[in-house]
Amino acid sequence: MSEITRSKATGERAQKVQGKTAPPADDIDLDAYTSVAEEHPYQEDPSRLPPQAKERILESGVTLDNLAQRSGTFLQIDHSVIHSKAQQGGLEVMSSLEALEKYPWLSDYWWQAVSADADKFTAEAERNQHHGYFIRSLPGTKAIQPVQACLYLAQHGLAQNVHNVIIAEEDSELHIITGCATAKMEREGLHIGISEFYVKKGAKVTFTMIHNWAPKMAVRPRSGIIIEEGSVFLSNYVCLKPVRTLQMYPTARCVGENALVRFNSVLVAAPGTTMDVGSRAILGARGSRAEIVSRVITTGGSIIARGHLVGQVADVKGHLECRGLILSEKGTIHAIPELEGLVEGVDLSHEAAVGKIAEEEIEYLMARGLSRDEAVAVIVRGFLSVDIEGLPPELSAQMQRAIDMSEQELL
Amino acid sequence: MLEVEDLTVEVGGREIIHDVSFNIDIGETLALFGPNGSGKTTLLMAIMGFPRYEVTRGRILFNREDITHLPVDERSRMGIGILFQRPPVVRGVKMREMVRACLGGREDGAVIEQLAQQANMVELLDREVNYGFSGGEVKRSELLQLIAQSPEFVLLDEPDSGVDLVNISLVGEMINDLLQKDRMRNRTSSGLIITHTGHILDYVSVDRACVLLNGGIWCRGNPREILTSIKSHGYEGCAVCQK
Ligand SMILES: Nc1ncnc2c1ncn2[C@@H]1O[C@H](COP(=O)(O)OP(=O)(O)OP(=O)(O)O)[C@@H](O)[C@H]1O
Ligand SMILES: [Mg+2]
Repeated sequence: MSEITRSKATGERAQKVQGKTAPPADDIDLDAYTSVAEEHPYQEDPSRLPPQAKERILESGVTLDNLAQRSGTFLQIDHSVIHSKAQQGGLEVMSSLEALEKYPWLSDYWWQAVSADADKFTAEAERNQHHGYFIRSLPGTKAIQPVQACLYLAQHGLAQNVHNVIIAEEDSELHIITGCATAKMEREGLHIGISEFYVKKGAKVTFTMIHNWAPKMAVRPRSGIIIEEGSVFLSNYVCLKPVRTLQMYPTARCVGENALVRFNSVLVAAPGTTMDVGSRAILGARGSRAEIVSRVITTGGSIIARGHLVGQVADVKGHLECRGLILSEKGTIHAIPELEGLVEGVDLSHEAAVGKIAEEEIEYLMARGLSRDEAVAVIVRGFLSVDIEGLPPELSAQMQRAIDMSEQELL
Repeated sequence: MLEVEDLTVEVGGREIIHDVSFNIDIGETLALFGPNGSGKTTLLMAIMGFPRYEVTRGRILFNREDITHLPVDERSRMGIGILFQRPPVVRGVKMREMVRACLGGREDGAVIEQLAQQANMVELLDREVNYGFSGGEVKRSELLQLIAQSPEFVLLDEPDSGVDLVNISLVGEMINDLLQKDRMRNRTSSGLIITHTGHILDYVSVDRACVLLNGGIWCRGNPREILTSIKSHGYEGCAVCQK
């Protein structure tokens, strides 16, 4: 626990850092949503869900039919956990509330990577929690297949406040794919998702989250990641579907030497969508490294793409890259990369570029026989295909599938 | 195959090419010499049809069809290809995708691999197009794309500049492949090669040459003779010779 305790101090500091960049004015009225949900029955066999739900879930990267393709499953609809199961020894998958009852020690992790009083959404999730998942890999466990988790909102006007805790014990390996979706396009709702990750010494976690919301949804994920010595955290975040408002700024803290964190995000903002999305890495131990890559496209919505690297000790390295494409007259992209070196010997860099596709590039492809539209399609597809290192092939294929599906709508 | 008649080209409102005429027959290769800034690239870009290069007089015929006002992609699909002197970087797009696009979008992984092998480009297939490529890699990448596209007529803008001695023979081979130089008869492809040093002419045989000076053609003739003359007298020699 020493590393975790140490991180509390770092956590306070992170809070101060965070205070400097005030989150944007928030228009979400918590009282506008109901927190009374209809109960959904537990399903032994998740492949028996209604086809419409399965399809929406599939679009968010979670396949319910093939059990062989995963090491665990967690499915929540509204406020009900309808399925949870670990399919591999050394793995635990259950409701986080259930886990809190089962393991008294879990309270030592509860609200440690994210603070409960960070804002009104964390406060709301603390007051009114509706499950969320607990996923843990025991020391030395290597789960090559992903754990698939899906948080699904079916009831109109509902607030769904989940609290997830993920613990990768020492020298374990854990891959998680989380899909979030709504039942129907016209659903209104609020999703607050607290996610706390603890990546212990020598462990490796990849976390792939695909958001498949609806044009009237308000979404407020709040994530904190604590990365210990020699461990790795790779996050891939994809949100290509319309959503009314999405704001998140996951913060990873490298508290152990040679910790590595990488955030990849791919965002598309359609008309009516407002996104304020960033990733932050606090490099607090020697040899720790961070890489933040984001690719954002607006087809008419507005995007604030943030990134923040903090070098707290010497001999750390971080790079931030943000590229934005404006594919519509109405869309806007505001890239805000921040580098904060607090001591000598930090190596932090960033590159950001926002604009439309260079005419020269389109013409280059046209000179090879592509029509203008085909040239734009090839360039946009390339733009969205972030290189995903460290993901098992099955998982990157799933992520690519999700991107391909939205691309077809986009172009 | 290609007929350029009294062509005048403006770039950014400035006239760069003045009343240039020349022909290239089926199966023929023409070399184009000329000092820096004389308008060689401008001429090629205008033949390819890039919108920034505005033809204000004259016309371009390809296989007897007037293509002067056709868009780039149509000219490409008619069978004209170009090796860019300085191609743009296309971030995110992998060479593999680019070659696939040049093949007309056919999803043939094996063909791509095989073509890349010939171009010694296999390890570059997963790199972003032209991103961080060395001078020689840019040329090989351009030629790989052209071979995939397999045009009847190729415009080659300095295929030999910045290419080392080992690579130049590979570049030469690829150009010979494009221009069907292995055929003595019934050759159907033709080309135009811009070169400063003439190094590529040690690998690729060309039929005729001309010299472009200040946006006009000053001299036509045997490529070897012209090159030798430029080497000993410089381009001033061409200007004098013309008088
Ligand atoms: N977009 C442009 N705007 C203004 N001037 C241009 C533009 N493009 C080319 N030029 C000018 O046209 C002239 C001819 O340029 P061009 O690139 O055709 O020369 P070149 O013969 O290919 O030279 P090099 O041997 O250096 O490649 C130069 O003076 C150049 O600066
Ligand atoms: Mg030139």
